[in-house]
Parts: sequence; C-alpha cells; structure tokens
Amino acid sequence: MSHSAETTAHGSVKSYLVGFVLSVILTGIPFWMVMSGHFGKSVLFYSVVSFAIVQIVVHLKYFLHLDFSVKGRMDTFAFLFTALIIVMVVGLSIWIIYSANAMMM
Amino acid sequence: MSAVPETLKFANDHGLHADDHGGGHHDEHHDTGGNTLFGFWLYLMTDCILFASVFATYAVLYMNTDGGVSGKDIFDLNFVLVETAALLVSSITYGFALLCAHKQQKAGTLLWLLVTMALGCVFIAMEVYEFHHLIVEGNGPDGSAFLSSFFALVGMHGLHVTAGLIWMLVMVFEVLKRGLGAQTVTRLGCLSLFWHFLDIVWVCVFSVVYLLGAM
Repeated sequence: MSHSAETTAHGSVKSYLVGFVLSVILTGIPFWMVMSGHFGKSVLFYSVVSFAIVQIVVHLKYFLHLDFSVKGRMDTFAFLFTALIIVMVVGLSIWIIYSANAMMM
Repeated sequence: MSAVPETLKFANDHGLHADDHGGGHHDEHHDTGGNTLFGFWLYLMTDCILFASVFATYAVLYMNTDGGVSGKDIFDLNFVLVETAALLVSSITYGFALLCAHKQQKAGTLLWLLVTMALGCVFIAMEVYEFHHLIVEGNGPDGSAFLSSFFALVGMHGLHVTAGLIWMLVMVFEVLKRGLGAQTVTRLGCLSLFWHFLDIVWVCVFSVVYLLGAM
C-alpha cells in the first residue's frame, strides 16, 4: 500500500516540470489576450475563466497530486464536495445580488 | 460440534485484530502521517470556502467604486505578471524541496526551501509595495466598496502567504536541527499542500480580480 502511494502521492521531478510548463502556458495566454487588447469583452471573459479552471485542474493534478487511487480518493472527494459548496456560495450570491440590482433599476 | 470452531474462529479473529493493533505501532508514523495530511487537507478545504466567501463579496461589490478609481485605473498587469511568475516558480521549487526530503537529501531540501522562501518574499514585497502605493495615492481600503473588497481579498491571500513563509522558516530550522525524520517530512508535506493551495487561490485572484478587472 505504501509503495504504490509513494509513487503517486509525491510525484517526480518530471511531473512537477510538466505541471510547471502547463501552468506557465495557461497563465501566459490569458495575460497576453488581455494585454494585447485585440479581443472583445465577452471573448476575454470566457477565455480568462476557462483558462483559470483548466489551470486549477493542472495544479490539483501535478502539484497537489489529487487522483482517484484508493489512497487519494478521499482527498479528491473532499475537494469535489468543497467545489460544489463554492459554486453554490459564489454562484448563488452573484445570481441573487445581480438580480436584485436589476430589479432596483 | 460446529459451534466450537466458530467460537474459536471468533476468538482468533479477535486475537488477530488485537495483534494488528499491536503491530500497528511500527507503522504508527506512516499512518499518522497519512491521517495528518488528510486532516490538513480538510482544513484547507474550509479555508477554500473562506476564500470563496470573500471572492463572492468582491464579485458583488467590485462595481461600487463610489465615483473613485476602478480596477482599470489602478491595475498594472506587467507588475501582476511578475508577482504571478514569482509564485509559480516558488511552487515548483517547493516541489523539488519535498522530493529531496523524501529522498533524505538534507542539503537539497534546505537549498530549495530557501529558494522558495526568497521567491515568496519577492511576492510579498511586491504586494506590500502595491498596497502602499495605492494608499499613498489616496486609494486605500476606505476609498470605496470596491477598494475595501479588493484589499480584503488580495490582503487575505497575502497574509496566508506570509504565514506560509513563517512556517517555512520554522521548517528550515527544524530540518537543520532534527534532520529529515518521518514527522518532519509529514510537516513538510502539509506545508506543500498549503503552498500549492495558495497558488491555486492566486490563479483565481489574478484571473478574477486583475485580468477581468483590467479588461
């Protein structure tokens, strides 16, 4: 049990490098898109949000080593549950307040 | 006749179980390490919800600039890009420190920890500079709801990074004094989760606050 856990739970130089290169790319593209000024607002909005979500998944996989192995499963489920709560807290707050704003106009 | 073996079997199971517990003491460090990391991960999840609440606050308040500056006026993306680079690189250097710790390489662990701390200090120094600059220009947290929520969100991340740096300094001394025992490596593992978690929060901060704010 501890052997298989060690290879997955600690990662390797290679997995850290892969994660790092991916996150540099995923950081660079949205910064470039916003700074260049070539793109419209809605394109920028959806791109920035998508790149952020992909980068979060990259960090979770390569730096925090979340996976669905027997040992790491609980960590992943704990995160998924938290993500659900966050989507509700942030999403519903924004929905409610923005709707309220629109009605006040 | 058949009842006897059942009882024996039960006794045996029971005995075996007790034995497992006894034998478990050898592995105690390993097991405790796993539980410690899982417990720390659960704490980080609650921290995640704390950050999410402050993000929700920012998302609700950021348009209320009270006639003052908005994100577009005060964010310098080149500056933020350098901050982000420092934090991203510090993430991989901490990863190298942890790998060295698992291989029981004391010098390597210390070296990478110090590199990580240096990068973390660059990040904090830049953030303090940015805050100072804003306050001097009259755009302090009391300026508007936007500025309050901006200082709260970015400042809370900054305080977490500062706490991580202090923890890292403590770990440097622990590694120096005690070497890389099982408990020390577990602690380094917890700090690794903390540090990489803060990186994820920063991804949300630069995307939501700086990039969406400056466009």
